[in-house]
Formats: sequence, structure tokens, C-alpha cells
Amino acid sequence: MFERIHQMIVKEFAQVFRDKRMVLMILAAPVIQLLMFGYVVTTDVTNVRTALYDLDKSQSSRELARSLVASGYFEIVSTPESPEEIRYLLDKGEVSCAIQINRNFEKDMLKGLPSPIQIIADGTDSNTAMITVSYAARIAARFGLDTSKVALINHERLPGVDARTRIWYNPDLKSRNYNLPGVIASIVMIVGLMLTSMAVVRERETGTIEQLMVTPIRPFELILGKTIPFAAIGYFDMMLVTVTGVFWFDVPIKGFLPLLFLCTGIYLLSVLGIGLFISTISRTQQQAMMAAMFFYMPALLLSGFVFPIDNMPPVFQYITYINPLRYFLVIIRGIFLKGIGFSLLWPQMAALLALGITIIALSTARFRKRLE
Amino acid sequence: MSENGIAVEVKDLRRTFGSFVAVDDISLRVEKGEIFGFLGPNGAGKSTTIRMLCGLLSPTSGGGSVAGFDILRESESIKKSIGYMSQRFSLYDDLTIEENINFFSGIYNVPRQKRAERKDWILSISGLHERKEELTRNLPTGFKQRLALGCAVLHDPSILFLDEPTSGVDPMSRRNFWKLIYDMAGRGTTVFVTTHYMDEADYCGRLALIYRGRIIAEGTPAVLRHRFMKQDVLEIPVDRPVEALEALEKEGIESSIFGSTLHVVVEDADAAVPRIERILSAGSIKAGKIEKILPSLEDVFVSLIESS
Repeated sequence: MFERIHQMIVKEFAQVFRDKRMVLMILAAPVIQLLMFGYVVTTDVTNVRTALYDLDKSQSSRELARSLVASGYFEIVSTPESPEEIRYLLDKGEVSCAIQINRNFEKDMLKGLPSPIQIIADGTDSNTAMITVSYAARIAARFGLDTSKVALINHERLPGVDARTRIWYNPDLKSRNYNLPGVIASIVMIVGLMLTSMAVVRERETGTIEQLMVTPIRPFELILGKTIPFAAIGYFDMMLVTVTGVFWFDVPIKGFLPLLFLCTGIYLLSVLGIGLFISTISRTQQQAMMAAMFFYMPALLLSGFVFPIDNMPPVFQYITYINPLRYFLVIIRGIFLKGIGFSLLWPQMAALLALGITIIALSTARFRKRLE
Repeated sequence: MSENGIAVEVKDLRRTFGSFVAVDDISLRVEKGEIFGFLGPNGAGKSTTIRMLCGLLSPTSGGGSVAGFDILRESESIKKSIGYMSQRFSLYDDLTIEENINFFSGIYNVPRQKRAERKDWILSISGLHERKEELTRNLPTGFKQRLALGCAVLHDPSILFLDEPTSGVDPMSRRNFWKLIYDMAGRGTTVFVTTHYMDEADYCGRLALIYRGRIIAEGTPAVLRHRFMKQDVLEIPVDRPVEALEALEKEGIESSIFGSTLHVVVEDADAAVPRIERILSAGSIKAGKIEKILPSLEDVFVSLIESS
């Protein structure tokens, strides 16, 4: 039994490493993907190109403009002289935000009257627009508060709520820190899916499966022989992208690494199980590739990687329960960013384990040593 | 292996694919140590039968035994005592010759101390000693075939199933291949071989002719020639075979072309010869001496198909 599994493993590795495209897919593709995601996929909003329409031209309005720039979020690239000009700049896409400071801004403020400013954002990119507006509003509010404090310094204390916010786990709100663990999880998924789903189908296509089936090899020996090498490769890729992420992008790992290692194993169980399942329902490598992509895309969308699960319609929220990526994302983000451990992550681990065992059992059951 | 000297025995074996009947209630028996030929055109049901015997396909109905094990319930035990070589080359193209041999040695659990000796044997029968580190995909077909045969018998099976082992192989390699099969049979291995090459049938000890899923004749090559061929076969050397065939056909005489000769199947040679000579000379076709010949298995097969 061990001899047969051992021979399968030796054979799979020999085949994988002989195929140059496979080697590239294992070594280069994950790193390239990680680098690309790391640089490109960022939802951070900085240096927003801004038009400042200053009608007041007072010391206060200039100070407000200065604090906008000083925040690092805004870059004033244009100072239009009319509302029409603002429209033109936004239409053309030269700026994605325009701030209008009305006449008498300083005078009203000093009198303690409300002194509104107008913030216009380009809503075609809704996410950036929302963040831009909230940044601008926050800066303006603080500016107002500071100025009033100065004005009221000799009077009694200002009543009101002073909200002091603090961001935990990722204090700089770097979207990269949040995204990279997800990228790692999705890379491990696509590599594992592709390799496993191809591995069995290729044998079916070339006819070697028939030769294997007349040997005394048992289905579980064949399944193990097919999964162990790809689990090893999955682990290797996991470490490769993690190390790249940590050393290249300075993504912190706050949690316990061995736990991450263990959870990766449980995660690979279901990823490889799905790959095997795909290969039991596909006849050609093309079909397997299509099926793998057909699984991967929704799995990515319904994982909480990009779009929060809580915002999804209930039906889709239920579907996410059979998505291994959903659980692993919670685990990997928890370990990377929060440093939490088994006591908090065990429900995800249990769900992932159950999912993995089910899908492996399902594909082993579907895998018969018969041709149909 | 069963006690009674029977290697393969099936009764009313049937396999359908949807409404298509691939194998139609066939029964056959193969003795130990025989070379049993399963002869028939493409699509007659040869491969389907062999796959059922090897436990690769479940029969729709019927049953039987291979090496004394039931083909329905004990297919895993069967797999330990048989070797199988399919019509498609089914070793790993992207492994070297040596890696393929090592892999199948391990899968078949060949004892470690015997592996080197078996590997050496395969390399010598396939003539690949110098090329064992080459990728299998670069080998010519004849070499691949012998290597595949070697890998199929690594574990010294008592029965060897060969499904069109020589398709697409040149005549010289085919002859070498059959020599190997003879050697194995000589050492007591039962060989069950399918082919659509009629000339190969003479290599077999016993034959079954299969056509459209049914066995239409069975016996040794000699028996088949005599018993199933009640008519006479005439060989006519002609200068223009195609025109000769057409001329005879117009008169209701069936014939087939063999190189520059025609084979004509007739009920009574003495009566037919003058008639054929008349037809040919009327068509001004030059014919040599018409002779009654021993029918080839191909003649037998064609006449059996026509009468069925």
C-alpha cells in the first residue's frame, strides 16, 4: 500500500517538474500575482487631484486649504475662478474633487456662525468619492473646531460630544495589509485547483488511467498519490507568497505561524478535494480548466475577499457557507492582522475541516476503478 | 488460477451503451496456456469484451470468471493475476523509459529483489538498454509497443490480455512482437489477444470471430478454414483486377481483390471455372491459370459475414 502511494508520488513529482510550464506555474505565477496585487490592488485614497475654488481668499480659507494639503490626501492642482470651470475640470477628469469656499467664510466663522464649504466629488468611482468626501469633511470639521477653540479660549468650555476614534489591527488603514492575506489565500486556491483537476484528467486523456485501473492499485491509494504531491506544492507556494508578502510588502504577521501552517493544511484539503471532484466530472483538460475557473470566480466573489459578506443578499450569504475561501480568509486575516489563535478561530477551522472531508469523500466515491 | 485448467470462461456476456448493443450475449472459454485470438473488424465489440474481462467495464448482463475469479465481484483479485495492454499506448509519455518501468514495478508490488532483473528483461526484449534515460514520447511505435508489453507483464501474470497490440506497427516489429507473445505462451502464460489483422490470426492457437457483438465462428485456424468454408475459393491472376471484379459482379459472382489476383468464392469449382473464363475473355481481360486454393482466414471471415 505505502509502496504504491510512494510510487504515485514519485511519478507525479517527476511529471510536474519535467513540464516547464508547470514549474513556471508553481514558482513564478504566485509571486508575480502577489506582486501585482500588492501594487495594483489598493483601495487607499491619497493625493486626490483637487480643484480649490476659493471665493473668500482670506487667511482662514488659505489655512483650510493648507490643512487639506498637509493631510496628504489632497493635492490642489487647479484653482478655478468660476463654477463653470469646476464643472469643466470634473467633466474632463482633470480633478476628481472640487472644494468651494464661500465668500465671508472667515467673517462668519469668527462670528461663530455656520460657515459652509462645498465639497464636490466625482461619483463615477463611488468608493473613492465616498472616502474623499469623508476625508474632506473630517479635515474641515477639525479645522472648524480648532478655530472655534481659539475663538472661545477665554469663554466657558464647549459642550458636545468629542468622538475619539482609534483603528485597531491596521492603524494606518493600509488596504494592502488587509488585501495581501486574501491574495495569498486565493493564489493557493487557484494553484491547488488547477494542478489537481488537471492531474487526473490528463491521465484520462492520454489513456494511462486505463492502464492504472487494471493494476491492483486501490482508489484511495490513487487519490492519496494524486493529492499528497499537490498538497506539498500548495504548502510550498503558501510559504513562498507569505515570505514575499512579509519581506517585500512589510505585511505584519502578528499570530502564531504554526497555527497558520496547520490551517493551510485543512484549507488545502478542501481545495484539492474540489480539484479532484472537478477531475472526476471532466473528460478533457480544457473542461477541467473551465470547471476550475467556473468555481474559482464565484468562490472569490463570495468569500468576503473584495465585497463584505454581510452586504450580500441572504441567498448568497448562505452560498458562502460552502466556500472554503470564506473560512480561510477569516483565519488568515485573523492570524496575520489580529494575532488571534485557536480559541477564536476554531469554528472556521471546524467548518473547513468538515467541508474538506466531505468533498474528498465525495470525489473518492465518484472515482471508480471502472470506465464508463 | 482455477484448478480445472480454464483461464477465461464467460456466459451470455452482454454490454449495451444506451440502445447500442456492443457485446451481444457472447459465451467463450479459454484454456490455460492457450493463445486465444479474438478476431473481428473495428467496432465489432472486441475491446468492450476485453475490458469487461479485465474488470474495467461492468457487463450489462451475464457473467463469468477470469483466472478463477468472478468478473462481477472479484475484479480486484483478477487485476492481480492479469496483464493488460490496451490499443492506445498507455505508458507515461513524459517519464523516461526507466521511470515507467520503476513506476509499474512499484504499482504491481514486484518484490524489490526481483526488480532489477525484471527491468533488465524488459530493456532487453524491447532493445532499449542504451536508451533507458530517454523520454518515452521520443520512441518509435514498435519500441513503445514492446516496452508497454514488458510493463504489462512485470508481475508475471498468468493471463495476458492484449487489445490490438500491433495496430499501427510496421510488419517487422509486428513479427518481433508475436515472437515475444509466443515466448510467453511457451512459459505457460495464457494470451488473449484481439486483432483485426487477419494474417495475425494464424499465430493463434484458437480463434473466435466476432461480428456486430456476436461470435459467429470459433475454432482453430485449420478448423475454421475447413468447417466454415464449404464453398471453394478460386484464385485468378488478372491484369486488370478492378475491371475483372466489375465484370464478374455483373454476372452475379462475388469476388475480392488480393493484390494482382482475384479471390472468387463459388459453390462448385469445376462448374464455375469455364464460366469465369468466358466472362473474363468477353471483357478482354487477360487471366492466368485459375486455381483452387486453401481459403485464407480473411476469405472465411468475408464469407461468414456475407452469409450472416
